[in-house]
Amino acid sequence: MLWNRLDLVARSLSPMAITLLLVMVSVLPMHIPFFGTVSPVLSLMAVYYWSIFRPDLMPSFAVFGAGLFQDILSGTPLGAFALVFLLVRVVVVSQRKSFIGNSFVVMWWGFMLVTAGSLVLVWELASLLNMTLISPLGVAFQVFLTFALFPCFAWLFFRAQQAFLRQS
Amino acid sequence: MFKSRVGSVSRPTSPFKVLVQRFTFLALVVAALGLMVMNRADVHFVKQARVAAVDAVAPILDVLSSPAAAVFQMVDRVQGLVALDRENTLLKQENDHLKRWRSVALQLETENQELKKMLNFMPSSAMSFISARVISDSGGAFARSMLINSGSRDGIREGQIAITGDGLVGRIGEVGKQSSRILLLTDINSHIPVVSENSQSGAILVGGNSDRPQLVHLPSNARVSVGERIVTSGHGGAFPPGLPVGKVISVAEGEIHIQPFVDMVRIEYVRVVEFGLDGFLPIAQGSG
Repeated sequence: MLWNRLDLVARSLSPMAITLLLVMVSVLPMHIPFFGTVSPVLSLMAVYYWSIFRPDLMPSFAVFGAGLFQDILSGTPLGAFALVFLLVRVVVVSQRKSFIGNSFVVMWWGFMLVTAGSLVLVWELASLLNMTLISPLGVAFQVFLTFALFPCFAWLFFRAQQAFLRQS
Repeated sequence: MFKSRVGSVSRPTSPFKVLVQRFTFLALVVAALGLMVMNRADVHFVKQARVAAVDAVAPILDVLSSPAAAVFQMVDRVQGLVALDRENTLLKQENDHLKRWRSVALQLETENQELKKMLNFMPSSAMSFISARVISDSGGAFARSMLINSGSRDGIREGQIAITGDGLVGRIGEVGKQSSRILLLTDINSHIPVVSENSQSGAILVGGNSDRPQLVHLPSNARVSVGERIVTSGHGGAFPPGLPVGKVISVAEGEIHIQPFVDMVRIEYVRVVEFGLDGFLPIAQGSG
């Protein structure tokens, strides 16, 4: 009985665990030329995906925590990604019905809008808080790479969802 | 493949639950905004909390970054094998060249010692090195910094200088117990007093979060040409003079960009150096 409960709790923590893991993976030194400049925001993909399919397992305080973790590790102004992830969750949860049951392309398209909106907002916040205009070119590349890599990660999330959250 | 979803049915929610959710959301938005303001104002406990959080995950990053480094080393080795012959010729040439320099250096060292004896020279406090592994390279357009797996317990202090064999990397911005953050010379908040080696014109090197930092505040009569070496000037006392920084790569429309000598992408280990400089940077007290 207790074992079952523990198992259930562990399974329902998997979306959050995956998100935090992606924050760490995204800051690892990859030693790939130019990758550092445009490194994709992997955690945004997880926040987007789980807000569509399991918003109950990705509550506001969890995305806030993930955003804060992202800020702490990547060195963005503290609170910037926390705020942006909160907004992403609210927007996506309100629109999730149009993604569920629809083709993947719709979800991917939605992700592009969310990525562009989020990173432009972080860019504005970071420029404001650093009192300098950050070059928008790097942001544009980052949006593109995050968008382009989304299908690979969405597939991984889908597999994880099947593996851990089938029964719950 | 994405059409058949599992567990995607939303459950009906009670009005009370909705109210609680809205309140939580608003409270968290306010918290995020508050954090931004406090972070900007450099509130001490916010900084402490950030450093403590990094410290807590540093061992995980340390473990996770090893495979990436191993793959990188392997790729490097294969590339090395391909270029072995050409590299051998180059190294022989370089070796000849360095041998000549070695004899010059030895000669100068003897001369230097003789002169110091004549002057009753008191050596400045000895430089000390700490080698550390890079465990995170927070890329992206918003900040340029690296985490290393050494902190105050290894003797790292805020304001120390991070270098590799090629030149300057940056300086230590935050120090935890077992990890520290290096503010790279390419970061938007990095301003380093430099001097061009030939024309001896002083300037400030501004990171700007790009791979090609920019030289600003040059004297109006300064003439800097492409290829010129840029080294730290030592003004302000935060950096010692003469550390190699980079070379001028483009001079156009009043904008001078440099290419750092250190390839930030390839850094695996850095040397953190204590030059005994207090400068204008706040130096953490009581660490070590």
